[in-house]
Amino acid sequence: MSMIAGLIDYLRGTEKKTAVVAKERLQIILAHERAGRGTATPDYLPALQEELMAVIAKYIHVDRDSFKVQLEKHDQYDVLELNITLPDKVNSRR
Amino acid sequence: MAKVIVITSGKGGVGKTTTSASFSSGLALRGNKTVVIDFDVGLRNLDLIMGCERRVVYDIINVINGEVSLKQALIKDKNCDNLFILPASQTRDKDALNLEGVERILEELKQSFDFIVCDSPAGIESGAFMAMYFADEALVVTNPEVSSVRDSDRILGILAAKSKRAVEGLEPVREHLLVTRYDPKRVNAGEMLSVTDIQEILRIPLLGVIPESESVLKASNSGTPAIHLDKSDVADAYRDVVSRFMGEDLPMRFIAEKAGFFKRLLGGN
Repeated sequence: MSMIAGLIDYLRGTEKKTAVVAKERLQIILAHERAGRGTATPDYLPALQEELMAVIAKYIHVDRDSFKVQLEKHDQYDVLELNITLPDKVNSRR
Repeated sequence: MAKVIVITSGKGGVGKTTTSASFSSGLALRGNKTVVIDFDVGLRNLDLIMGCERRVVYDIINVINGEVSLKQALIKDKNCDNLFILPASQTRDKDALNLEGVERILEELKQSFDFIVCDSPAGIESGAFMAMYFADEALVVTNPEVSSVRDSDRILGILAAKSKRAVEGLEPVREHLLVTRYDPKRVNAGEMLSVTDIQEILRIPLLGVIPESESVLKASNSGTPAIHLDKSDVADAYRDVVSRFMGEDLPMRFIAEKAGFFKRLLGGN
C-alpha cells in the first residue's frame, strides 16, 4: 500500500484493524496445519492401494496410472476416495 | 469416579500455573477433595504460586522412584482443607518422568480424591505429554494473541490423536477453552482478538474469560492463588470458571468494557 493510500485509509478510518488481520492469518495457517496433521496419509494407504488394484485387475484391465486411492479429511468425517479411469472398452471376463 | 484434568496451552507464560492454582483451589473450596500436580520437572513453580515452597520436602520423582510414599510427598494447602499439592522435582529433568510411574500415582490418587489437576509444562515435549496423556478433561489456556492461539490448536490436535483416550478409542478428552489476559477495551478498539474470534478458530466450548489484571502479579508475589483475593475481577472470574465446570450455567462476565466513572455516575452501563 502506498503511503498516500495508507494516509487516505487512515483519515477515512478504513484501515484494517490488526485484530481482523490476526484472525485472517490464523484461519489460513491453521487450515493448512490441520490438513497436514498426523494421519493425513496413514501407513496402510500404499498397501491398501496395491491390494485393491490386484482385486480390480482380476475383473477389469486397468492401467496403473488410471488408479488412484486417496484419503480426504473433513471436519466430522474422512473420505476414502477410489478413482479408477476405465478403458474405452471394458474387457470384463464374463 | 475421580476426574483427571490437565491445564495445558502449548505456549508458555499464558497462565497455566496461575489457572492450576486458582482452579484447584476453587474446586476444593466447593468441598471437592482435590490434588494439584506440578508436571514441570526441572522448573517447578506451582509451589511458589501456592505459597508452599518452603514446605516442599519430597516431589513427584521421589514417588515415581519409590523412595517415598505418595502420602509423604503430598503437601496440604494452607488456604483450603480439601486441597493437596504434589510438587515437581527441581533437580531432575523431564526424562525422570515415565508413563508407568505417572499412571501408578494417578491410580493411587483416584482412590482418595475427586479431582486430580495436572499443571502441564509449556511445549509439547515429554513433560507436557505425560501431563495430558491420562486426562479426562482439558482446560486449554489461551491468550488473545496469534502465537498462543496457534499453539493451543496444536495442543488440541495432540489431545485428539495421542492422549490415552484417543489411543484406546475411548470417548475423547472433554476440551474447555479458557481465555486469559483478556482486555475488552483493546478488543473494542480492534487491537485484540475477541473471545468470539478465538472460539470460532479453535472450535471448542468456552469455559471462561479471565480479564487482564494487576492482581495476578499481586497474588503470585504473596503466594496466594488469585481466586482468594478480595474484590478482584480475576477471583470472580475464576470462581465462575469453577462453577461452570461443575455444571452451573452462568453468563460470561468480563467480556465487556468497564463503564468509566462518568458513565457510571450517569447511570449508564
